Amino acid sequence: MKAIKEKHSLAMRWCHWVNFPILTIMIWSGMLIYWASDIYSITLFGHTYFKFFPNWFYDAFNIPKRLAEGMAFHFLFMWFFTINGVVYILYTLFSGEWRQLVPKRNSFKEAWQVILHDLHIRKMAPPQNKYNAAQRIAYTVIIIMGFGSLITGLAIYKPVQFNTFTWLCGGYHAARIEHFVLTIGYVLFFIIHVVQVVLAGWRNFQSAITGFEVVNDQPKKIIKPVSDEK
Amino acid sequence: MKSKQPKKPLTIEQKINRRAFISFGTFAVLSGAAYGGWSWLKNSPKEIRTATAGAKAPLRRALNKTELFFRNFFSNNNLVKTYPKEMAAKVVRHNSDIGSGGVPDMANWKLEVKKQSGEVLNITLDEIKALPKTEIVFDFKCVEGWDQISYWGGVKFSDLVTHFKLDDQTQLAYVGMATPDKKYYVGLDMPSAMHPQTILAYEMNAKPLMAKHGHPLRLIIPVKYGIKNLKRIGSITFNNQRPPDYWAEQGYDYYSGL
Repeated sequence: MKAIKEKHSLAMRWCHWVNFPILTIMIWSGMLIYWASDIYSITLFGHTYFKFFPNWFYDAFNIPKRLAEGMAFHFLFMWFFTINGVVYILYTLFSGEWRQLVPKRNSFKEAWQVILHDLHIRKMAPPQNKYNAAQRIAYTVIIIMGFGSLITGLAIYKPVQFNTFTWLCGGYHAARIEHFVLTIGYVLFFIIHVVQVVLAGWRNFQSAITGFEVVNDQPKKIIKPVSDEK
Repeated sequence: MKSKQPKKPLTIEQKINRRAFISFGTFAVLSGAAYGGWSWLKNSPKEIRTATAGAKAPLRRALNKTELFFRNFFSNNNLVKTYPKEMAAKVVRHNSDIGSGGVPDMANWKLEVKKQSGEVLNITLDEIKALPKTEIVFDFKCVEGWDQISYWGGVKFSDLVTHFKLDDQTQLAYVGMATPDKKYYVGLDMPSAMHPQTILAYEMNAKPLMAKHGHPLRLIIPVKYGIKNLKRIGSITFNNQRPPDYWAEQGYDYYSGL
């Protein structure tokens, strides 16, 4: 017998899908800005392993020489990014849904087991409710990262008027690096997130749009005293 | 068929289909609307040229509205962080020569201060140097994203205003500054110009300014990006409308406040 199992509330679906294009625009416009002073690289012991970003990358996305445009987009969509994030956090707090999201005491240990299971190293995944332990950590961290982007962003945007934020971030220079690193974090999150969604399959994915999953409720098994092996 | 059938409760299959249809339908419509909105923004025309130019009209409106919001946080009590002199760069970065190339014509240089009434004051460098000197070591921030600690000395703009009795001019909304050849020019909102850390500098690293850093007199305004820190000031004007601004005409935010 099929049944509807509610999964994602409307508010969560709304915030999720509104955030997706906004964050995309923020990352894109952020790269238009970053290009003008693209000094970051991964360098260890004097050897540069990767430069943010190679020229082919800039050219592929038509990034060079668009600083003014990048800033104009960034300082418009920052509003939507912030408002959407605030709405999500307030909703999660007041609806009580934070209970399904915030890591529990054993989540960190369990998350490791989830990872081992996902990598096919461990057979059994730990039992879970809506989200498993790894998801709880990931979906909480991403919100903290969003908050971090807001604070580091304000620290760079208004370092005099909001000098407390700049100080909190360890200075203007550090704040720009943090703002950049958080963005790289979103990209990594996005890659893992999409891979996991693809692996989880259609039934899981569609619930992020419809809000429910269809489950097959087994009729209550009648326990018979004799075994019914076939 | 006119006969009304009694409403049957939906089967579970029908419920699933109905909800999926509504959800995916809504999702598709909203995605389409978002895409439409984005296309509208991407294809929106450039703004009509005023003191600003070069940005898409809706984005310029957003920049101006955002300025109004963040102006609420501006205060003379919010000061740029200052550093010890030893931390200042010995080789100070130099980005652009527009309006300040070559060597200034010192024989004819005078600071021309034009009041709104049309009255003009011509101020010599010696008169400026006779005023109390203010020094600042701060992190100079470029709109490109780099920053550098640098050390400047000069006269506070607000001191100059007081000394030359320009207080009535500061009731106006904006200050405009331009190079002697008028090729580079900036517009500043009055609160930022009158900020206690805004100075007209004639020294860098305790020595007279080099030509390429704006000799004989340049603007150092730490509450703004570098683009507003005009080199080689030729004239100062006061106005209630936004004075022309070189980079705001190239699509940058007029306010560019930090």
